[in-house]
Amino acid sequence: MIRARSLSKRFGDKRVLERVDLDLDRGGFLVVTGPNGSGKTTLLRLCAGLVAPTSGDLRVETDRGRIGFLAHDPLLYRELTALENLDLYGRLYRIPEHRERSGMLLERFGLWRNRNERAGSFSRGMMQRLALCRALLHDPELLLLDEPFNALDADGVQLLQRELEELRPGRTFVVATHDPARLEPLASGSLALA
Amino acid sequence: MSYFTDVATLARKDLLLELRARDTVPAMLLFVVAALVVFHFALPEASASLAAYGLLWVALIFTAILGLVRAFAAERDQGLLDALVLAPCDRSAIWLAKALAMLAFLVLAELVALPAFAIFFSGIDGMTIAGVALADLGICVVGTLLAAMAAASRARELLLPLLFLPLAVPIVVGGVGASVVENGGRYLGLLAVYDAIFAIICWASFEYVVTE
Repeated sequence: MIRARSLSKRFGDKRVLERVDLDLDRGGFLVVTGPNGSGKTTLLRLCAGLVAPTSGDLRVETDRGRIGFLAHDPLLYRELTALENLDLYGRLYRIPEHRERSGMLLERFGLWRNRNERAGSFSRGMMQRLALCRALLHDPELLLLDEPFNALDADGVQLLQRELEELRPGRTFVVATHDPARLEPLASGSLALA
Repeated sequence: MSYFTDVATLARKDLLLELRARDTVPAMLLFVVAALVVFHFALPEASASLAAYGLLWVALIFTAILGLVRAFAAERDQGLLDALVLAPCDRSAIWLAKALAMLAFLVLAELVALPAFAIFFSGIDGMTIAGVALADLGICVVGTLLAAMAAASRARELLLPLLFLPLAVPIVVGGVGASVVENGGRYLGLLAVYDAIFAIICWASFEYVVTE
């Protein structure tokens, strides 16, 4: 699914990733660890096609419409309600029954009650749950998750762990985290960035 | 057809955001009216209407810049351009939708500005209105592309006018010409050609502005 050879990325003079090799088969679950600034987010952005490598070769065998991307920022419009945000992405991803799917995801992530509230009024944890709904809305085959447990309370963490277990079959995951222990049962491989 | 559905979805989102936040249109309205009031008192009584038309175009261009600076504010502040770029729609749909929303904001500002100009200075004729309509298209297609480019920069408030004003010179020439010359048809033609050329260039190049 993802093949990288000598993948490097620089922003100006700053070297962010240096000669990273990566092989991830379809259905694999890669946990990416490393200290702050080690290039975890950049690696996910490279895989999503949001930035281009400075050098090296990267192949991601899927369309961009089949990628689910959970970034540091929730990628949600603060002035739109939870439902309006999902409706926007549902239309852009041309999901036939996006309203039903949005409702189902909001229910599953405990946000159904808040569906008509503006995302800007959400707490950081609720925002993260809504961001997960957005990332999963189009039933992606490749999930790129950057610190998915960030800002979640204990219930949220358990919920996400259950969701990941359910989603695991048939999907490929690259998850950047500071807490790899939570993902140990699901992981098929790991990559430690220095 | 799905291209235009995407454009409609994105433009609707931009209009809804403005309706909720009211960040852009009120500022544009206040600015253009304030500028016309200042020009009214700054221009000597005996000045020709030519000078007044020139100032109208100055006010319209700077009002447009005010809106364009905020065009990608939501996307920039919350990193949302990444999410839009990842969606499986043609990336030029993001530009076209944003340009259409900007056009709606500019037209709203002009619905106030043109009657205000008629009160402070002189009446507005059909050629001026046609010139303003064609100029709006040019301002929005070029301005939206440049706003996307400037959004990535820290000095975006400075960068956007620096990039936009030189490219707006033909718009000002065409607009003023259509307003003040007896037979201003050729100036309308200039504006139409400018709109067509830059619409194609901006439509084709937007993808390279939002991706590496």
